[in-house]
Amino acid sequence: MNRPSSRVDAGEPAAINAPAGAGLARFGRQHALQIGILAVALVIWIVFVIGAPSTFLSYDIYQAFMSTTPFFAVMALPLTLLVIAGEIDLSFPSVMAFGMTAFSFTLVYRGSLLLAFLAAEVAGGLAGLVNGVIVARWGIPSLVATIGTQFFWRGVVLVTTGGNGVSLLPTRETLFYTTMVGRVLGLIPAQMLWTIFMAVFMSLLLNRHRFGAHVYLVGDNIESARLMGVNVPQRKMLLFVIMGLAAAFAGLLVSLEVTYFWPTLGDGYLLTTIASVFLGGTSVFGGTGSTLGTFVACFIIGAINAGIVAIGLTGFWTQLIYGLIIVVSVTLQTVLSKKLT
Amino acid sequence: MSVNLLEVSHVSKSFGEVKALRGVNFYVQQNECVGLLGDNGAGKSTLIKIITGYHRPDPGGRIFFQGQPIEHLTVARARQMGIEAVYQEKALADQQALWRNVFMGREIATRLGVLDIRRMREETRRLMVERMGFTSAITPETMVRTMSGGERQGVAIVRALYFQAELIILDEPTMGLSVSETQKALDFIRGIKTAGKSCIFIDHNVFHVYPVVDRIVILDRGRVAGEFLRDRVTLDGLTQKLRLIAQRGSLNDFPVA
Ligand SMILES: Nc1ncnc2c1ncn2[C@@H]1O[C@H](COP(=O)(O)OP(=O)(O)O)[C@@H](O)[C@H]1O
Ligand SMILES: [Mg+2]
Repeated sequence: MNRPSSRVDAGEPAAINAPAGAGLARFGRQHALQIGILAVALVIWIVFVIGAPSTFLSYDIYQAFMSTTPFFAVMALPLTLLVIAGEIDLSFPSVMAFGMTAFSFTLVYRGSLLLAFLAAEVAGGLAGLVNGVIVARWGIPSLVATIGTQFFWRGVVLVTTGGNGVSLLPTRETLFYTTMVGRVLGLIPAQMLWTIFMAVFMSLLLNRHRFGAHVYLVGDNIESARLMGVNVPQRKMLLFVIMGLAAAFAGLLVSLEVTYFWPTLGDGYLLTTIASVFLGGTSVFGGTGSTLGTFVACFIIGAINAGIVAIGLTGFWTQLIYGLIIVVSVTLQTVLSKKLT
Repeated sequence: MSVNLLEVSHVSKSFGEVKALRGVNFYVQQNECVGLLGDNGAGKSTLIKIITGYHRPDPGGRIFFQGQPIEHLTVARARQMGIEAVYQEKALADQQALWRNVFMGREIATRLGVLDIRRMREETRRLMVERMGFTSAITPETMVRTMSGGERQGVAIVRALYFQAELIILDEPTMGLSVSETQKALDFIRGIKTAGKSCIFIDHNVFHVYPVVDRIVILDRGRVAGEFLRDRVTLDGLTQKLRLIAQRGSLNDFPVA
């Protein structure tokens, strides 16, 4: 289908000259996914406000969302880039724990929070690099490779810790703790700011940087990306490394928030994180996706649990409603994107 | 005589058991257009993918560009030197905007890699008007999936021309095109010579190749089976020789000049 009317682009100042209706229609088509997910979020929010006004019109519930949703949002954002490139990572829950193992050991034996932080990130980056080498250099499908590394890193964590947790209570009064998970002005959880930072960074990387341009190309048509000189293995490896760094970071946020490192850290984050990416409109087939979509989807997923309880249903409903929202939204997105192009 | 723009010497390529190329010698002169003919599976695409740095030749083969031996040729390196290719298989990323396709793998960006999207859009719009003759219904933001086969091939060809390539390689660019679209593609190829550049043109159809090239090389089962200057051979004669090669496998007794 050819696009009618003006040659002027939406999004550029010159668009003022275009007929307003046509410009708006094109904007709508180009950002259909983002508009769709925002609409879904709005509907859910209205339902919650009507169902439990006292809860959803007070600040406390939003503070709660901003404290827990970042734990998986900081991983869902880089995962979005990985999925756009046509790959997947299932190992990040274990990498969260692996990073924290490195953190805890360094903290216990060296006593430096900064060193411990670096150790966690090095461990996460290393785990990501291993995934990247297996997938991009050796050509193993990422679904299989990262199921394997997921078990492997969890095993490393359990063996080295002997299954024992580590208390992080001593970190409580430090600047480091405040920077990671403190309450800014006593109101906004610091992890929320980290998530916003991550969202902006990933969005710029994806849409305004050569690396992101290659991510789209690799996911859309890997053969033509290769033929046009894109260094496909290097791009993919870097994506897995970023994912590993983010997983270690998320592990740190979760553990500091509860001031304890459990060797089972990460359990329960796999499906919510992946669901956020797909709910946000990123294509399972690669080539298209949106970091804004993922960001909003994370908060939808994060809100449902608390919201369901607040409007008087039991927690048993959570999964049922997750399922409904995910299936309906993703189906709608697919149908709409076929209609609009 | 001046040095050849491109020279490939004793190049072989095996894919496991399959010997796609067996000791091929091949060259392209400055401002020369070479037609590469041969049956399906003759090794034409493999040869050009070696020239563009996509495949590495088996040990022993050598590649020279402007007289310089090139070791470890990669696609990015070949494009830097001025070798651009238009491939037969779908070479565009369907779900991406036109401008992203035009600049695929060669984005305009700062040294830190920050894209200059505005400039890429403007360049794309200019190319569309000047080179592709597109209607205004297509904008730089148009998703490639929504364009016609001819328009898409036009994008692939213009993309190659845009980067001021010295050598443009076209692998079956007329495949799936209508008669008028094919004529447009052939005009593009004539334009390459007029601009003083060189080209390698692969096509199934002798009638497409003959009118636009200076020299014709025939591949057969991975070997160069014949080579003719266009001016020394008639279209009928060429067709006949192709038939003979298909039967006998070689025509090396035919003189080049
Ligand atoms: N990537 C590859 N892997 C395995 N075999 C290949 C590959 N590319 C080409 N071939 C084989 O090499 C031979 C030559 O193929 P190709 O160069 O595509 O021929 P042409 O372009 O002349 O039709 C064929 O037998 C083909 O099957
Ligand atoms: Mg071919």
